Amino acid sequence: MARTISLLRRSHPEKVGLRQWQAWEHGNMSGTEFFQQLINGVSLGAFYALIALGYTMVYGVLRFINFAHGDVFMIGAFAGYWLTPKLMPHFPGAWMPVGVCVVLLTAMALCAGLGIVIEKLAYRPLRSRPKLTVLITAIGVSLLLEYGGQYLFGPDPKSFPDLITDSALEGTGALTITRSQIIAVGVTAALLAALSFIVKRTKLGLAMRALSNNPTAAALMGVNLDTVISFTFGLGSALAGAAGILWAISNPSIDPLMGILPGIKAFVAAVLGGIGNLPGAAVGAVLIGVVETFVGGSSFSSYRDAIAFSVLIIILLFRPAGLLGKAQVEKV
Amino acid sequence: MPKPKLPSILLLFLCAALVSAGPAAAQDISVGEYASLTGSEATFGINSDNGVELAADEINNSGGLLGGRKVKVVVEDDQSKPGQPSAAVKKLINSDKVIAVIGEIASSRSLEAAPICQEAKVPMLSPGSTNPTVTEKGDYIFRVCFIDPFQGTVMAKFALDTLHAKKVAVLSDVTSDYSKGLSQFFTEYYKKNGGQIVIERSYSGSGKDKDFRAQLTAIKAAQPDAIFVPGYYTEAGLIGKQARILGLKVPLLGGDGWDSPKLAEIAGNSLDGCYFSTHFSAADTAPKVQDFVKKYQAKYKTMPDGMAPLGYDAMMILADAIKQAGTTDGGKVRDILAKVKDYDAVTGKITIDANRNATKSAVVLRVDGKDNKFVASVAP
Repeated sequence: MARTISLLRRSHPEKVGLRQWQAWEHGNMSGTEFFQQLINGVSLGAFYALIALGYTMVYGVLRFINFAHGDVFMIGAFAGYWLTPKLMPHFPGAWMPVGVCVVLLTAMALCAGLGIVIEKLAYRPLRSRPKLTVLITAIGVSLLLEYGGQYLFGPDPKSFPDLITDSALEGTGALTITRSQIIAVGVTAALLAALSFIVKRTKLGLAMRALSNNPTAAALMGVNLDTVISFTFGLGSALAGAAGILWAISNPSIDPLMGILPGIKAFVAAVLGGIGNLPGAAVGAVLIGVVETFVGGSSFSSYRDAIAFSVLIIILLFRPAGLLGKAQVEKV
Repeated sequence: MPKPKLPSILLLFLCAALVSAGPAAAQDISVGEYASLTGSEATFGINSDNGVELAADEINNSGGLLGGRKVKVVVEDDQSKPGQPSAAVKKLINSDKVIAVIGEIASSRSLEAAPICQEAKVPMLSPGSTNPTVTEKGDYIFRVCFIDPFQGTVMAKFALDTLHAKKVAVLSDVTSDYSKGLSQFFTEYYKKNGGQIVIERSYSGSGKDKDFRAQLTAIKAAQPDAIFVPGYYTEAGLIGKQARILGLKVPLLGGDGWDSPKLAEIAGNSLDGCYFSTHFSAADTAPKVQDFVKKYQAKYKTMPDGMAPLGYDAMMILADAIKQAGTTDGGKVRDILAKVKDYDAVTGKITIDANRNATKSAVVLRVDGKDNKFVASVAP
């Protein structure tokens, strides 16, 4: 081994060193690190929240977990992957933000359509069957999307095109806040507000709440169950599609199985917040994101998911209905 | 299931007997290969398989082995997933009746298949698994690449003596035997020779984790001179990108797991000026290397990365061993493989040592956009 050093020194043809790299300016990093992790965690939570809202909405209306939801998130990312090179050349220069919105909305529309089709073909025929049957079908649809995706898009990870150049914002001092983080948090907050408005203030929302309360009575009062359920699936899937694109901008490597882990975490977030409760899903998602980030940055980083999920178990032990959920008495 | 009728089964056997009873000289020699043709390490499998195919074509075009028998490579895709290699290798051995197995690049997957090959006494040649424990699975398991105690030392020396990095952070993949081993050997040498590991963090690879900001924020707070990332290219690319966005402006160092054209595709220009160790540089002017690059480009219309020549070398060494043994008998081929000395391969002179590992040089490359620039060659 002693020979190695001399060989290294002799054979490298160029100047190699640390000079071109940054030297650290020393300062109080601990406070900065804490806030940076908080920013990382909240923005990670925002992605989970977008997915969790879909889970919780479908559950609220149908009392059923749509396990294919995480894969709709993946389809959203692939829609963005496919649409960006086709649409973005039509929006040069200052029109770029418009192009981004067009890509985002088109992908959301595609995912909404997919969600509606999935419900119509896979879940609707089973609506009067036991809940377990639909649950197993949902797992089947999930696998179909994952492995169908492997067939269609190829199973190797793809590099997501630069829809938005993800760069750090200026003027935040030692903290780094990126554009995709701002967009993710902003879009999540806006969509959460819009959803609350739809559910609480619109006629369709009233119908959703009625259906959630008692489907039979709602139908007798003239609520069209099929329309409301299709709408719920469409809305939830559109949110998952948006999350897929935002996630891919921030972590530009996409593959057909990318939806599994965020899907599970978002489901956990929805349960943690109190499944069926919209603000609860967002709160749960941000909590999961923050816990995960702080554990990931600590020396327990290998056990990141284990610790994040232990937090879920502990919280559910004390609040079985979730953070914002109300305990319900089941009539037997 | 209805019970099959006896005569039809007999007929089936008869057909099989007729098919396989051709003249002995024309019988193909089946060599098995399991590789990650799809999934998170797909370029490893695709490119090493290209190398194997190139070598097999060359052998067959120059008259085959053992008096004109052609080499037939049976390839199985393990999808870069745990669980798949053992299924693939069982199929290759039991139903394809291969006489030897070539595979894998990723150490965790080689470790999974090795005991099966050992049990069946079928020689296994790994083109690129660098974790030392792979060949410890038994005396039928070989490799044509160097091992991580060497690779880790090379990069630790590089960080200390060439980069003059006094403080290094380590970010490894907890799901990969390769990554854990390489970071261990790097750390051992680096610490012993005066370097300081300021922080160690880990993540889950194989496409699971995509967000590394938590680990990178902690690493940034520890203020290292460089970050050692002994993982695979999919994660290394994302880590590079996210490190730069977080304002971590120090060089990242890696091992041969970075060696893929996909690295720069995912990382963009964020890893430019970073260094990794690997098996081969296409810029090497040695005639054997340039000859290989020319043949590879003619067939696949792209530049070979480090995994392609390893596949080529594995197939060539195996063919050479069969030729010398004069038989396809697993035990005899194994004995010849164990005695390989100074074999002039594309990736350097290969000598198989007592632990069935190849001793040979490593190269250090610098990432520069889509190209990798040759920095140094390090002899063992």
